[in-house]
Amino acid sequence: MSAQNLAQGERREIEAKDNRAALAALKAEGYNVLSDMTCVDYSKQGKSPRFDVIYRVMKLDLETGTDGGRLELHCAVGEEPVLRSVADLWPSADWLEREIWDMFGVKFADRPDIKRLLLYEEFVGHPLRKDYPIGKRQPLIGPKDGNLPNSPSFNILKPTITGE
Amino acid sequence: MSTTKTSQKTYMLNMGPAHPAMHGVVRLMLELEGEIVVNTDVEIGYLHRAFEKHSENETWNNVVPWTDRLNYVSPLINNVGYALAVERLAGIEVPERGQYIRAIACELSRVTDHLTCVGASAMELGSFTVFLYMIKAREYLYQLIDQLTGARITTAFTRVGGVKGDLPAGFAESCADVFKKVREAVAESDKLLTKNRIFMDRMEGTGIISKADAAAYGITGPFLRSTGVPYDVRRSHPYLVYDRFDFEIPVGTTGDNYDRYLCRMAEIEQSLRILEQAFAQIPAGKHSLEPSEIKYAYELEDMGKAGRTELIQRYAAKVDQTLEGMGKAAAADTRTADRAVTLPPKEQTYTNIEGLMNHFELVMWSWGIKIPPGEGYTAVEGGNGELGFHIVADGGDGPYRVRCRPPCLYIMAALPKLLNGSMIADIVPTFGSVNMIAGELDR
Repeated sequence: MSAQNLAQGERREIEAKDNRAALAALKAEGYNVLSDMTCVDYSKQGKSPRFDVIYRVMKLDLETGTDGGRLELHCAVGEEPVLRSVADLWPSADWLEREIWDMFGVKFADRPDIKRLLLYEEFVGHPLRKDYPIGKRQPLIGPKDGNLPNSPSFNILKPTITGE
Repeated sequence: MSTTKTSQKTYMLNMGPAHPAMHGVVRLMLELEGEIVVNTDVEIGYLHRAFEKHSENETWNNVVPWTDRLNYVSPLINNVGYALAVERLAGIEVPERGQYIRAIACELSRVTDHLTCVGASAMELGSFTVFLYMIKAREYLYQLIDQLTGARITTAFTRVGGVKGDLPAGFAESCADVFKKVREAVAESDKLLTKNRIFMDRMEGTGIISKADAAAYGITGPFLRSTGVPYDVRRSHPYLVYDRFDFEIPVGTTGDNYDRYLCRMAEIEQSLRILEQAFAQIPAGKHSLEPSEIKYAYELEDMGKAGRTELIQRYAAKVDQTLEGMGKAAAADTRTADRAVTLPPKEQTYTNIEGLMNHFELVMWSWGIKIPPGEGYTAVEGGNGELGFHIVADGGDGPYRVRCRPPCLYIMAALPKLLNGSMIADIVPTFGSVNMIAGELDR
């Protein structure tokens, strides 16, 4: 009766160790939008490896605005950083990868000093992991010695001095 | 040593998190060279409320009020998006009238969203009058939403398998009245802004993004359409009854702030058109056909005790204001008939044991709705673009994982691209046209 929403796309599995090659091939095929990237922690169901990282790509026609097809790519990964970043293929991946690191502690092999996205650097643990208790308290942080907390946010941009 | 040599130094400016133009809480760290922005860093997360973590610890229906708090300017779209995602997993079909009611709710919300965005960004550029006109129009719409859902903002209107209640009596007429006022406000604002020299100078040619860049950043919604890509989830992946409406997708040409303003103004009119078509097409409900006499619950109970169960069927139960629409009159039109999913009409809960047991089984912890294991993604067109919900079910009475794809996160990620190289005064109109909603951005 109602129209079926087909925004899901076909499901495919890809190997975690060559995620970049697989995604670069899709990008070359015309999937110009990385529409979403997320992760599910299956540790409560005893799956190994515990995480499932999901990339959602779509072919967007820039002239007609039609969606030329979507894919849902699943990558099974464990705790070790095996996935490679795709932020240079689609800039939208930058923040999404930071969010996955922040919430699940899944690290990307070629982004060793990745920054948290939503939480602060002193946060202990990764809250969307199933073994993170919902009522857990966090340690109090603050400028103990009168200096600003050691957050990379304060150091990412530095004034440049030229001509001296 | 010569002292005549001059040195040039860039300096830092911290904008937010408590800056009046930062629409709530977001922090921009700007590296400036004179008045030119050389580099930008965006820090978000100040309004993180762990929506996704909380959802994992709630039952299917209890997540709905949490979704109100995502995009709190158009909460009804979030409610509908989440409900559709869950229903798709479970294969639940909502009655036609319920689908129309959802579409009406979505479009009312979209208009409030665009009015807020345009009004607030106009105010930041000095036209306070426009802000007042638009917020006044929004207030009329909020009153309609209040009539429909019982709340202006924290609507929690949808249920898995339907909506809370039917349209209130005379809703179409009061809507027609309000649409006239909204159109007046939009026309007045249009006169004040669209050809206004100051407004145009600040909006035209600032915050430009190309089609390809917008797509690469995953930007959707009015922001993408302003660059000239007519992508709209309602058209590409029609949900509810959107394939039955005739509406245009307004697009821009250059992708600057002025185009985004024009797109939003045009979309308000298109949403009003959709609403008018929806009211013309919506199938009549039982509600409007058979007015039945209303009795207090205890009176119905007494009839049952006296063994007059055949009488009970004639009456509708008088319910508390918060339960309006939960009676039998609206049930068949607005909710699926599947008793494993929707609560029974209040008359049954109050008067017979089957209804009472049915009600309790659905509300008891770990006894509620069971969605079969699986996962799925459903997208709807939110005020800012594609609002998606990826839901994993493990067969329990609540979600195993809920991922919300917040449309404005993608635009915020592109903010350095939009701001770098522009003047410091361009930050305010560009940021205003992003329509950042912190509730949705930080979840």
